[in-house]
Amino acid sequence: MSQVLHTPPPTQVPADDDLAALAARHGLSVSGARPSLPEYVRQLWARRHFITAFATAKLTAQYSQAKLGQVWQVMTPLLNAAVYYFIFGVLLGTKQHVPDYIPFLVTGVFIWTFTQSSIMAGTRAISGNLGLVRALHFPRAALPISFALQQLQQLLFSMGALIVILLCFGVPVAASWLLAIPALILQSTFNTGVSMIMARMGAKTPDIAQLMPFVLRTWMYVSGVMWSIGKLTKKDHLPHIVFVLLENNPAAVYIDLMRFALIDSFHSKQLPPHVWAVAAGWALLAGIGGFIYFWKAEETYGRG
Amino acid sequence: MADNANEQIPTVVADNVDIVYRVNGTGAGRGSATAALNRILRRKQAEQAAGVRKVHAVKKVSFIAYKGEAIGLIGTNGSGKSTLLKAVAGLLPVENGHIYTHGQPSLLGVNAALMNDLTGERNVYLGGLAMGMSREQVKERYQDIVDFSGINEKGDFITLPMRTYSSGMAARLRFSIAAAKDHDVLLIDEALATGDRKFQVRSEERIRELRQHAGTVFLVSHNNKSIRDTCERVLWLERGELRMDGPTEDVLKEYEAFTGDKSDKTAKKTTPKQTPAKPEASKVPLPS
Repeated sequence: MSQVLHTPPPTQVPADDDLAALAARHGLSVSGARPSLPEYVRQLWARRHFITAFATAKLTAQYSQAKLGQVWQVMTPLLNAAVYYFIFGVLLGTKQHVPDYIPFLVTGVFIWTFTQSSIMAGTRAISGNLGLVRALHFPRAALPISFALQQLQQLLFSMGALIVILLCFGVPVAASWLLAIPALILQSTFNTGVSMIMARMGAKTPDIAQLMPFVLRTWMYVSGVMWSIGKLTKKDHLPHIVFVLLENNPAAVYIDLMRFALIDSFHSKQLPPHVWAVAAGWALLAGIGGFIYFWKAEETYGRG
Repeated sequence: MADNANEQIPTVVADNVDIVYRVNGTGAGRGSATAALNRILRRKQAEQAAGVRKVHAVKKVSFIAYKGEAIGLIGTNGSGKSTLLKAVAGLLPVENGHIYTHGQPSLLGVNAALMNDLTGERNVYLGGLAMGMSREQVKERYQDIVDFSGINEKGDFITLPMRTYSSGMAARLRFSIAAAKDHDVLLIDEALATGDRKFQVRSEERIRELRQHAGTVFLVSHNNKSIRDTCERVLWLERGELRMDGPTEDVLKEYEAFTGDKSDKTAKKTTPKQTPAKPEASKVPLPS
């Protein structure tokens, strides 16, 4: 490897110990070391304006080349709901068992899409933005958080469309609609946490981004996006444990909470017991766990 | 050395730094499926066999940079200049040795944070925030940044998306955003080559200003003239090794002799970028 050319004698360089001692004497720190957890949180807080600006910029840039522009923010989720309605409502006839099937379906699709796209965006948050990571200093958690925030903004557009759909199908406005807010906050925390976990895994093994669509599609089908988990019990040939698992899986919990909040014919007896505790538990577990897991590898992102 | 340390404050200390890149999917197996599988299954033992190649980009480099210095980094293409700069910025890991720094060195460049689909105006905000400025600071400097870039000299272009800019305009805006912030240790990678002559003069001035505020400036450039104009000390890297470290004139003289001799020596690749630059550079009268 090292065929040296006519190397002139190296200029006076002090011995190693001298350099380390010199650095210590003048209070220099090792470049690129990981900050402590409180320090990391402080740095992240200092970058909050960047996080929001980056999320909004991504959202606006997304459709800026399209003729219809920002209309697609609402069109995309509506078209999605239309496709699922055609397949599950019309062709397969799932709707016969569920009252208010269209609101039920659309709520499910929108809430699920929020989790799904946050996780997908999180998986690519580091590996897809290596240029940014290699050029600038900022706490890397800013990226997955920013992407999750972008998805939340997108969901708020969808929720606007959802309210119109609800009113069109005669679902009455009720005080319980306010419950949508805590449900959304919990879901966002959960999504952000999971996207931070996926961001670290995706940074180390970018191949995961190829695998995630399959995992997510499976997760979607077991989460009762287009069918009601509650109806499963009636058939009764599933072991109880499977039913409990299905019912308490975070995606199903957040979807059903939102349905409970918005749709009057979706009763609280369709919810699993202690549903708010379960929702908060998932949010805290993913949020805090994901953040710490992500921080642990902070100094390795964008390297090698 | 000991005398110096008493009066001068070091800002960057590189202690026997080695930097090694690992590249997947080369050599044996040429990135075929079996090689990839091998790599996943056997990780460390079989790095070589599975086609992971190591590129030793920087070898045992040591130097001390002091406050108030402007240091040029020179060397032929692929000699490890930019790699060393990234390691000083803490963006690349070192294999062996340590790099100690005062504060957080920043690489001059915001390209990656900007989005072509957004207007110049929003990019100024986004770039400023990405560099760690507060919203108020960006607002305060906004007009300066736009004026400095000269984007609005030919009409109201700042409110158009950046993808509509000419490459020169975009480069000028990027430099203006990047140079808007004061840094402790500033690392510049060939940023001076952007824009027309008028803009280059303006940016050299800005670099000098930045240097007064910054503790230390590192400049990577293939333009010997801009190194002469801005730096008083030069590090010469060749094949990842530090060949010379000294006052600008001494090192540049050797370097120009080296790049001039090159055509006689067989094994070395002459990069097209440098050969034409050389005769021009040697014509420049030496400032006394």
